[in-house]
Amino acid sequence: MNEIFQQLVNGLALGAVYALIAIGYTMVYGVLRFINFAHGDVFMLGSFTGYYIAPQIAEWFPLPGWAGWTAVMISTMIICAIIGIVIELLAYRPLRNRPRLTVLITAIGVSLLIEYTCQHKAFFGASQKAFPKLLPAGNFTMGGLSFNTTQFVVLGVTLILLAALTFIVKKTRIGMAMRAVSHNSAAASLMGISNTFIISFTFGLGSALAGAGGILYGMTYTGIEPLMGVNVGLKAFVAAVLGGIGNLPGAALGGLVLGVVETYAGGMSGISTYRDGIAFAILIIILIFKPTGLLGSKQIEKV
Amino acid sequence: MLSVENLHVSYGAIKALHGVSLTVPQGAIVTLIGANGAGKSTTLRSLSGLVKSTAGSIKYDGREISKLPPHRIVGGGLCHVPEGRMIFSNLTVQENLKMGAYLQRDKKWITSQTDYVYSLFPRLKERESQAAGTLSGGEQQMLAIGRALLSRPKFLMLDEPSLGIAPLLVKTIFERIVEINREQGLTILLVEQNANLALDVSSYAYVLETGKILIEGPSAQVKADPQVQAAYLGA
Repeated sequence: MNEIFQQLVNGLALGAVYALIAIGYTMVYGVLRFINFAHGDVFMLGSFTGYYIAPQIAEWFPLPGWAGWTAVMISTMIICAIIGIVIELLAYRPLRNRPRLTVLITAIGVSLLIEYTCQHKAFFGASQKAFPKLLPAGNFTMGGLSFNTTQFVVLGVTLILLAALTFIVKKTRIGMAMRAVSHNSAAASLMGISNTFIISFTFGLGSALAGAGGILYGMTYTGIEPLMGVNVGLKAFVAAVLGGIGNLPGAALGGLVLGVVETYAGGMSGISTYRDGIAFAILIIILIFKPTGLLGSKQIEKV
Repeated sequence: MLSVENLHVSYGAIKALHGVSLTVPQGAIVTLIGANGAGKSTTLRSLSGLVKSTAGSIKYDGREISKLPPHRIVGGGLCHVPEGRMIFSNLTVQENLKMGAYLQRDKKWITSQTDYVYSLFPRLKERESQAAGTLSGGEQQMLAIGRALLSRPKFLMLDEPSLGIAPLLVKTIFERIVEINREQGLTILLVEQNANLALDVSSYAYVLETGKILIEGPSAQVKADPQVQAAYLGA
């Protein structure tokens, strides 16, 4: 019984990272109707930003430590936001009026470009690196369950970021503009909303969350390498489809569900080696039986 | 206030406008009538920047705007209520009006203008917190007009406000259009298939046929034109 709950905690912590990345996929889909396959690589760049920036920050704030950790988180999110905005500016904006397939193929190209450039020894190199310790280690037990600090932080930070995102999208002027662009970009521009600005903002916001995901992932799994975004990115994409592409709460829910399912599968003897396969089996099943995802609504084709 | 000269627009290989020229003086209601596919909506879409013209000039308030993106054109007070209304159906009525006021910073003006819109269309007030997608066609048209009024327009372009709306509501909406023109001093360019109605409320009219202006003149005169009577007024 205890093990079941323990695995739930592990699954939620993994799912939280998926959720943070899935939101970026779903938001970009919302405003541009295409899947930004380079998004998983922004997550990877988030991990590496943390890796390289931690020693710099350690000169100001002690690491491991809470203040230093906060500084690493915030600077990584800012840097990733800038990376996301630049990717959109250089790769996707020139293709704004081209067929969506062109943009989709470009996204795959951008993804491969980032991955293999980063593998070069002039950049990160192909070998795995140990992610620095950002927080003091700690274990505590609650009702017979043991948690470590990292798991708590991963879940806490994810909740805070999701709440902040919900607030931005629901309550602020720019969030309302995002929803308007996603619903009908022509009508939004007639309201005086600059689609270009909203698209940049969306990329920045999504990439900041992916960067946060990168740090949380590094803290949990400690080993990082330039191709780590491939698998995690694809899983997050599955999570976004699972929840209903274009739907923000759906992406968060999809991420958590996928993380938990995968963790349980990984813990069961007999099927544990198929844990990655299970994510994609879920994708296939969803696409067959409920293409709009768990929370997605039916899209009415505009005439 | 608005002068368009020799406007050409193409959709790919298809030419939609072949040199349209028209003028709208300040404070007037001018109408653009014509059959389906004559290029009425295309004319408005190019004025608001949604489609780019291939040749010609659009001068608004003395400024050339044909190269500006739509969100910059709205800032100058040239507002477009598009065909099919294009309201944000996932947002509430109130949020739709707020979107209209996206560029407005003056909170007091927004509140008083919102009240003005509610006084023009009391139905919107009743449905304030309802998702706009649940409104009837006529109510959505009211919302689209109200939303445009919150963009602080000096010049309002209305595309087929009577399309797909119950006759009783059409009457209300047209009365309000005249009222807005009078009370807020708004210049209006009205595109309509319902030529009778449009010629009654406007002072000057253009008749568009396959991308060209065929006839123009004071509305009463256009209404009496035998060619117009035969083709558009069913006389």
